[in-house]
Amino acid sequence: MTPIPETDVQSFVLLRLGDRRFAIMATQIAELVAPSRIFRFPHRTSEVEGVILRRGRIVPVCDVAEKLLGKGLQSRRFYLIVQRRYNSQTEWVALPVSGDCELINAEMTLPSDTDTPHVSGWLSHAGDVIEVLNLAALTPGPTEIAPTPAPPQLQEARP
Amino acid sequence: MRPLSPTKTPAARTEQIILFRVSGQIFAVSSASVQEVRGVDSLSGAAKEMSYPALRKVKYFVRRGENSLYIINAAMHFGLPPAPPALVFVLRRTRTALLIDGIEKMTSMSRLQALPLAYCNEERIWYRGLTALDQTVVPVIKPDGFLTPDELFLLDASLSQEADAEAIRQAERNARLDRQDEPRDQQDASITQ
Repeated sequence: MTPIPETDVQSFVLLRLGDRRFAIMATQIAELVAPSRIFRFPHRTSEVEGVILRRGRIVPVCDVAEKLLGKGLQSRRFYLIVQRRYNSQTEWVALPVSGDCELINAEMTLPSDTDTPHVSGWLSHAGDVIEVLNLAALTPGPTEIAPTPAPPQLQEARP
Repeated sequence: MRPLSPTKTPAARTEQIILFRVSGQIFAVSSASVQEVRGVDSLSGAAKEMSYPALRKVKYFVRRGENSLYIINAAMHFGLPPAPPALVFVLRRTRTALLIDGIEKMTSMSRLQALPLAYCNEERIWYRGLTALDQTVVPVIKPDGFLTPDELFLLDASLSQEADAEAIRQAERNARLDRQDEPRDQQDASITQ
C-alpha cells in the first residue's frame, strides 16, 4: 500500500514570469502594485536590484526570474509585494512579475526530497502543474552572515 | 467637569545630515560624524603615500599625534567608477578620512529605516540605514564602516614594518657614510703627525 501524500486546501496567488506560472501562498502576499522608480545604491547582494518607496516603506526589489528561468524579465507589469519571513521579523520584498496575478484555492502537494529548495510544494491547476515558491530559499536573507542582531524596521533619527 | 487639557504631539526628532556625491551617487552622513571638511589640496602636504595591495582603497595616511589617519577613496570602497575627489571628510571618532567628489547639500532627516534584511552582505557594515528624502532614497553611511578593526590592525602593522625598514635603511646609510669618512680621518691624522 502506498502512502497518500499529505494535502491541504489553501489560497494561492498565481504569478507569471515570462511564459511560466508560479504560485505563492496568499498569506504571504502584501499587495500588487504598478512598477515605480527603483532607487539604486552600491551594495554586494547581487539578487537585490534596488529599492522602491511604497506607503512610506522602503522595499527591496528582487528579480527572482533570474533564479527560476535563468534570465531576468524582459517586461515588468507589476511588482508583487510579498512578506518575507526572517527569523524574528517579516519584511516586504517586491518581486517583478510579467503578467496578471490570480487568486485560487487549491490543494498543495508537499515537495519531495529531489525538489530544489525554492519549491515548497506543487499545485495542479487548469491542467498545469505549478511550483509553489519558497520565498526564504528564493530571496536573500541574513542567515548566512549577520552575526549582529538586526536593527528595528523603523527607528527615529537621533542627533 | 474639567475640560480636557490639550495634548501636545511631540515634535519629531531630526538629525542633521550632509548629502555628498561619490561618482555621481548620493550618500548621506550625519553631520555630527564629520569632524573636518577639507579640500584635497590642503591635505596633500601632510598626506603620505602608502601601498597595501589588499586594501587598494587606502592610498594615503596622515600622522595625527600617535595615530595614523587612513584616507579612503570612497569610490573604490563602494565599487563605483573612479572620479577625481575634491574634498576630504575627516570622520569623528574613527581613524578614517573619506575622499569624496563634493557636497550636495545639508539637510535633516526625521526617519532612518534599517537596511532591508534582503541586503545581507558587506553593505550591512557600510550603512546605518536608508532615508527617504524628497521622494528619493539615500543610504546613510556608517562612519566606522570603512575599515574593520582587523583592517586597521593590518594597516598599522604595514606602516610599522615600513618604519622599521626605513630605520634599517637609514642606519645602513649612516654606517656607509661613517666608513667613507674613516680613511680620510686616518689620512688627516697622518698629516698632522
